[in-house]
Amino acid sequence: MTQISVTVNGVRNEADVEPRTLLVYFLREHLGLTGTNVGCDTSSCGSCTVLLDGESVKSCTLLAAQADGRDVTTIEAMAEPDGTLHPLQDAFHRHHGLQCGYCTPGMIMAAASYLKENPAPTEQEVRESLEGNLCRCTGYQNIVESIMDAAGHMSGVKA
Amino acid sequence: MATMEKLVGQAVLRKEDPEFLTGSAKYTDDLSVPGMLWMAVVRSPYAHARIKRVDVSEAMAMDGVIAAFAGSDFEWAGPLLMAWPVTEGLHNPLHYPLVTDKARYQGDGVAVVVARSRAIAEDAVETVKVDYEPLPAVVDMHEALSDDSPLVHEEFRTNESYTWANVQGDVDGVFADAPVVVKEHYKVHRLIANAMEPRSILVQPNPAAEQFTMWSSTQIPHILRTAMAIATGVPESKLRIIAPRVGGGFGSKLQVYPEEALALELARRLRMPIKWTESRSEGYTATHHGRDQIQDVEIAAQEDGKILGYRVRVHANMGAYLMIIAPGTPVLGGFLFCGCYGGVAYKTEIVGVFTNTTPVDAYRGAGRPEATQAIERAIDALARRVGKDVVEIRRMNFMPPFTEATQSIGGLMIDSGNYPATLDKALGLFDYEQLRKEQQARRDNGDTKQLGIGFSTYLENCGWGPSRVIGGILKYAGGGWEAATIRCHPTGKVVAVIGNTPHGQGNETTFAQVVGDDLGVPIEDVEVLFGDTDVAPSGWDTYGSRSAAVGMPALHRATSKIVEKARRIAAHELEVSDADLKYEGGTFSVRGAPSVTRTIPQIAFSAWRGHDLPEGTDPGLEESAFFDPQNLVFPFGAHICAVEVDTETGEVEVTKYVAVDDVGPVVNPMIVEGQVVGGVAQGIGEALYEEAVYDENGQLLSSSMTNYAVPSATEVPSITTGNHVTPSTTNDMGIKGVGETGTIASPPAVLNAVVDALSHLGVTQVERPATPEHVWRAIRRAKGGRS
Repeated sequence: MTQISVTVNGVRNEADVEPRTLLVYFLREHLGLTGTNVGCDTSSCGSCTVLLDGESVKSCTLLAAQADGRDVTTIEAMAEPDGTLHPLQDAFHRHHGLQCGYCTPGMIMAAASYLKENPAPTEQEVRESLEGNLCRCTGYQNIVESIMDAAGHMSGVKA
Repeated sequence: MATMEKLVGQAVLRKEDPEFLTGSAKYTDDLSVPGMLWMAVVRSPYAHARIKRVDVSEAMAMDGVIAAFAGSDFEWAGPLLMAWPVTEGLHNPLHYPLVTDKARYQGDGVAVVVARSRAIAEDAVETVKVDYEPLPAVVDMHEALSDDSPLVHEEFRTNESYTWANVQGDVDGVFADAPVVVKEHYKVHRLIANAMEPRSILVQPNPAAEQFTMWSSTQIPHILRTAMAIATGVPESKLRIIAPRVGGGFGSKLQVYPEEALALELARRLRMPIKWTESRSEGYTATHHGRDQIQDVEIAAQEDGKILGYRVRVHANMGAYLMIIAPGTPVLGGFLFCGCYGGVAYKTEIVGVFTNTTPVDAYRGAGRPEATQAIERAIDALARRVGKDVVEIRRMNFMPPFTEATQSIGGLMIDSGNYPATLDKALGLFDYEQLRKEQQARRDNGDTKQLGIGFSTYLENCGWGPSRVIGGILKYAGGGWEAATIRCHPTGKVVAVIGNTPHGQGNETTFAQVVGDDLGVPIEDVEVLFGDTDVAPSGWDTYGSRSAAVGMPALHRATSKIVEKARRIAAHELEVSDADLKYEGGTFSVRGAPSVTRTIPQIAFSAWRGHDLPEGTDPGLEESAFFDPQNLVFPFGAHICAVEVDTETGEVEVTKYVAVDDVGPVVNPMIVEGQVVGGVAQGIGEALYEEAVYDENGQLLSSSMTNYAVPSATEVPSITTGNHVTPSTTNDMGIKGVGETGTIASPPAVLNAVVDALSHLGVTQVERPATPEHVWRAIRRAKGGRS
């Protein structure tokens, strides 16, 4: 067992994990944060995207131990404590950017990270930024629209 | 009371969104219960191998392993359900959750282990010793039908499962006399659905009561309940199946899977909760595949291109076993090889073939995309042959517009249709003439980026389905009705219970729109419940674009019964006769005295108290209704696609896509557009990128998401949609289905565009999917070089 200390959504968690535990399973099974989904076993789909020290990462690509001493944000912490949706969440709702919802947390986390890097992207740039995140329902069109719209609402808003 | 704006027809935002947006939605793999054990399946690495011995002793000796069993350790009450024997003499192998004699595809289950954690179970699988005797495998359908082929199921002495035929008119006579006969050969490649949520199952036993709750990532909890009772002998009355949030299906979760029966049986045997979640790569062989047909298509026509007849022979790959509706999947397209065109003779013959591959069954569109790609590509071939424009050839062959059910040459009674109208509308959105000019300019310049335009004026059949019809000529074992219950609570809130099981379609919103309008209650006050056989005990679930076409009319019938009962109570309270009451927008008002009213919530309160109900009226305001349609519904439309093809690399880019669909009156345009756009994107994936590939030994080469190309955001364009409304005559609401139209219509539009881009080079066909390699080879072939 490996002892780790990971801050997740502002809460510090000390835990003993098997060395082979992936970050995504640490989040889902140890912390019960099941909003982060697993859609593949080859780091292809991006469903498990979270923020690590503010930058998006596929949480199946690193071990929980690699997150030791670091700060993780998951979809569960995107809305305000009073329930007010994050501009990205709100935009996905208004633009019908989700159907089955399985890829949605990963899409939102990837977009949150990308918009910090590029607050005013073109449509093509948004599409390119999503290359690591697969959706099977929407054809991406409304996801792209959601992100473009959120970008316009997000200056100065936390990501 | 102010008249509320109608909800139906509005782009109402989805009620279900918040839980998905915030990560609180619970899919099956998100669930755990105390004491839960993990199941893992030992799978054959060979496509065909005799199983000589299975030794689980090493697994049993591992720390944390609770149990391990070989196939021969189980005695099943019955086989896994195959519900669609399309012909009398169909060969249907008995299919059990684990094999005992031989493995028939790579991934076939041989043994099972149960352990305290997922990781231990997966480790234990590696220690199970199976002594395999590899046998020659057969993958290719024509080879499978040859005399010296290995047999997937020896008992049948053939790999042919069935031959189904639909013959209308004097086919051979028409073909013998026709001045023009076009012959095309198409390979409709194999696909993997790739719903983003992998399959997952959790079974919680209540051993003392012998009751079981199964959560499964399924489209069909109701059918699954019956199928589990057949396979395991657990009575249906002791079985509760819940499909919690389900992360997409596309037909791949319209199935009764070995793992579902195994998890239930192990929970019974071990008296402990059992969980299983497939890894994506495991699912690539363990979750059924889609499509996989070889089509020989002939069209007989006059010299001017007027079609006289259709003659089609299809070989449909079933894979190693017949899954729940596998034989019927190609048959769903067996009436549609004429598309929306006329003629005097029609024949489709479908041969179902066993091979040593993962079983094939429904994938979004199920049979109709296959038929549509055949007719829509073949009519382009006819246009080339007789020298007509692809728009003109379609126009001259369309069935004329009709508003009453009309017989097609394929043998269907089509509810209504107006094929020129959707084509006109699509052309209006596309700028056809301008793009043709640009195409000519690029050809004249010898540009390496050539422009192509492709059409697909499709017709499909869905809204599964009229029980009498599907159980009659189609020989389907199940029914196709839907069941709804409406419960009006005393506080004015309404619960609508429905037997459909949505998994991304937005039914919580669209169904609430219908109920809200019918009962005059705000959409926030309507809760739609589904997907749990204890909550919604009756229904036939979600597939075949049936939720709107069959589920909504069922809801509408139930609300009508509510209104009927409420009218009696309102009349009693207002001391008038039933006939003196006018009902509009949820309010009864007395004719001539419009301020004297009762609303549905007011009546619900009266009915709950029961203090003063009319004589002979039961308390409560709750009604159930069943709806069994008399016919299928027949959406149609016109899709037009523009592509750029790089003649040097073979690369294809979709540059413009217009989809105009007629799905009857639209309940929620936002959701309908979402279904169309998502379906078109999936169809573009089918046409250009995705393919499940086996080697000759039956090893799946496209074995994980890294080598199966699910399209990403840069590979699908923005899609322009338009709609046209021709009400269906099948149900009172005029509604048709929309869940599959995009996937049915789009592949031939894309493929026709690719061929069109290269037609001046002599290219007349490109192999699916139109990958750079296939396109490059098509160009080489046309130039007379070796492909």
